[in-house]
Amino acid sequence: MTEIGVRPAISALRDKIARIESAERRSNGALPFGIDTVDRRLPGGGLALGALHEIAGGSAGAVDAAAPALFAAGIVSRLPGQILWCMTEADLFAPALAQAGLDPDRVIYFHAGDEVSLLTAFEEGLRHGGLAAVVAEVRRLSMKASRRLQLAAEASGTVAIALRRWKRLAEASDFGQPTASATRWRVTPVPSTALPVAGVGRHRWFVELIRCRAGESADFLLEACDAQGHLALPADLADGPAAAQAWSFGTAA
Amino acid sequence: MIGRDARRRIVTAADAAAQAVGLRVGMAATQAHALIPDLVAHDADPEGDAAGLDRLALWALKRYTPVIAATPPDGLMIEATGADHLHGGDEAMLRDLVRRLSEAGTAARVAMAPTFGAAHAFARLLPKPLVLVGDADLEQVLQALPISALRLPPATVDGLRRLGFDRVGELNATPRPPLALRFGADVGRRLDQAYGRLPEPIEPVDAPELPFVERRFAEPIAAPETIARYIEKLVVLLLEQLESDGLGARRLDLRFYRVDNLVEAIRAGTAKPTRQHKQLVRLLTDRISTIDPGYGIERMTLSAPLTEPLRYHNGSTLEDCTKPDIAELVDLLANRCGEERLFRLAAKESDVPERSVKRIEPMAAATELRWPLHWPRPSRMLKRPERIETIALLPDHPPVQFSWRRTRHKVARADGPERIYGEWANSDAELLGVRDYFLVEDDAGIRYWVFRQGDGEDGATGGQEWYMHGLFG
Repeated sequence: MTEIGVRPAISALRDKIARIESAERRSNGALPFGIDTVDRRLPGGGLALGALHEIAGGSAGAVDAAAPALFAAGIVSRLPGQILWCMTEADLFAPALAQAGLDPDRVIYFHAGDEVSLLTAFEEGLRHGGLAAVVAEVRRLSMKASRRLQLAAEASGTVAIALRRWKRLAEASDFGQPTASATRWRVTPVPSTALPVAGVGRHRWFVELIRCRAGESADFLLEACDAQGHLALPADLADGPAAAQAWSFGTAA
Repeated sequence: MIGRDARRRIVTAADAAAQAVGLRVGMAATQAHALIPDLVAHDADPEGDAAGLDRLALWALKRYTPVIAATPPDGLMIEATGADHLHGGDEAMLRDLVRRLSEAGTAARVAMAPTFGAAHAFARLLPKPLVLVGDADLEQVLQALPISALRLPPATVDGLRRLGFDRVGELNATPRPPLALRFGADVGRRLDQAYGRLPEPIEPVDAPELPFVERRFAEPIAAPETIARYIEKLVVLLLEQLESDGLGARRLDLRFYRVDNLVEAIRAGTAKPTRQHKQLVRLLTDRISTIDPGYGIERMTLSAPLTEPLRYHNGSTLEDCTKPDIAELVDLLANRCGEERLFRLAAKESDVPERSVKRIEPMAAATELRWPLHWPRPSRMLKRPERIETIALLPDHPPVQFSWRRTRHKVARADGPERIYGEWANSDAELLGVRDYFLVEDDAGIRYWVFRQGDGEDGATGGQEWYMHGLFG
């Protein structure tokens, strides 16, 4: 991966492309993860605001979407403002989202009766402009639908997160189909940080950036969201002791 | 209740206790007094009853649907089309209606059917106090009913009985002309109305004190664009009225009077009182497609059955005023898909996990209570705990392995137990109940939330079975 600024010709070329693109695409800024290894891989130094992002779970997580829900909660909890969370199955357990830093008063849930009303609510929420983010647990996302969502998100600057969740594991191959989303993530739980005593350490995820517009794909081994919604590099991988904060539930008010 | 029918004093209504001892409607008053010496008799007050029924109709108008008519002496016609979504569906609405009336001391019987005639009959003649009949079953249920179900004058019913007609189905299968010759056109008309072959216009009640505007058309209108244009004009007029009263609309009723006398309606609700023209117009025009204009609409009325005081508040340049209000979005989605589909989840004081979350209204005030953060909670909770087969040491060890949904998992690491006691204040059955929760991680790194019913020692605290209750990310 080339570092920005290392080769002047390439960075000049990049600026030029960005200028051409910005004629039709507005840049809404980005939300950094606060982890250099991740942010460096994302254009704009973080998750683009006003864009559609897809998150799915790996292996069994494609059906239960437990880790992706927390990953999404960690992202939206760091945005200021109200969140709309659309779903067709109401099995989300709100206390867990609160533990990922998402205050319950900030989330309005919409329990859609079917996939169609879910997508309309998703788009309506993005168009409205008063929300910080809209998270929707979507099963099928066609190119056309994702384009509409992406345009709506661009126009209002609202972050759109499509939590991909399928009814059966076999359907998860749908994740290979192209959509208009800016980034595409897959989050798989992996064994937690080893503790010197018996017990479960800080949860860890294997986070794959499968697709990234104007960027390259990458994968990271990360520690799950803390009570402020921040991910972290595992202590045994990070340079230095800064990330050595093991179990940190309860540190937030 | 004793009333006067021509020159006789007769019983016009009797309560359940009186009917149990043999009192019947239509019995002579003297006979009733002879039957029960200490009979409590009141003089009938038809005007008072009618006024009471009108009051009830107005109450239902404010609470349920835009088109309601009183059918004296004892009924209300409620057109539920286009309003049931605001109350969580047809059945939920009927249950709510019966519950509220019974709290007020009125024993109500309700029926919902595709036609007024059928609903009228079902409410009075079917044994169940709450009846819901759809299009498919209408004919079948209707034909078994006695002919008194058809809202015909008693003399006609008697005459038909004498000819051997007992059931609506028999009457329906008979050729019309002889019946019409003998009993007039009423029999055929009531039959057709019950079966839905003839439309039945009703005259909806109006509450004179409510903010109300209307528009009559010299030429009937039908095109959706035209309707939308007039909706805009009506909203402007209504908002002027609301503004002069210092009120904001919480609910709007838009009624369309068609040239064939039928009434169609749209009801829209808002989460907060509002006088936003754009927002209200959008809520109403969003549902124009549900309106069938028929041969045209000759009159539109717009009223606000529910209003709340709305005062201007001083905007400050320090706040971010550019962001639109979320309430608009909430209203839009609620009107489209149903109010109960939008909610916030708030903490409730309960240690039992599934009871620690409650739904509150999306625009409710900020809550104080928060869930404790020091115990891990799964992001997905199963609807009900699922039994798992485990190998575990008693009394307080996590399982070594478990089988869930026919897959065996080896436990690599575990945390716990977190003991949760039953809420003895809620039910005696929970007095001794205990659950021990464990966070377990299998060798693939997937984390589960499992619990054991009981404390692992005392059988009274639970059967020591293991359950899966949630999934962590």
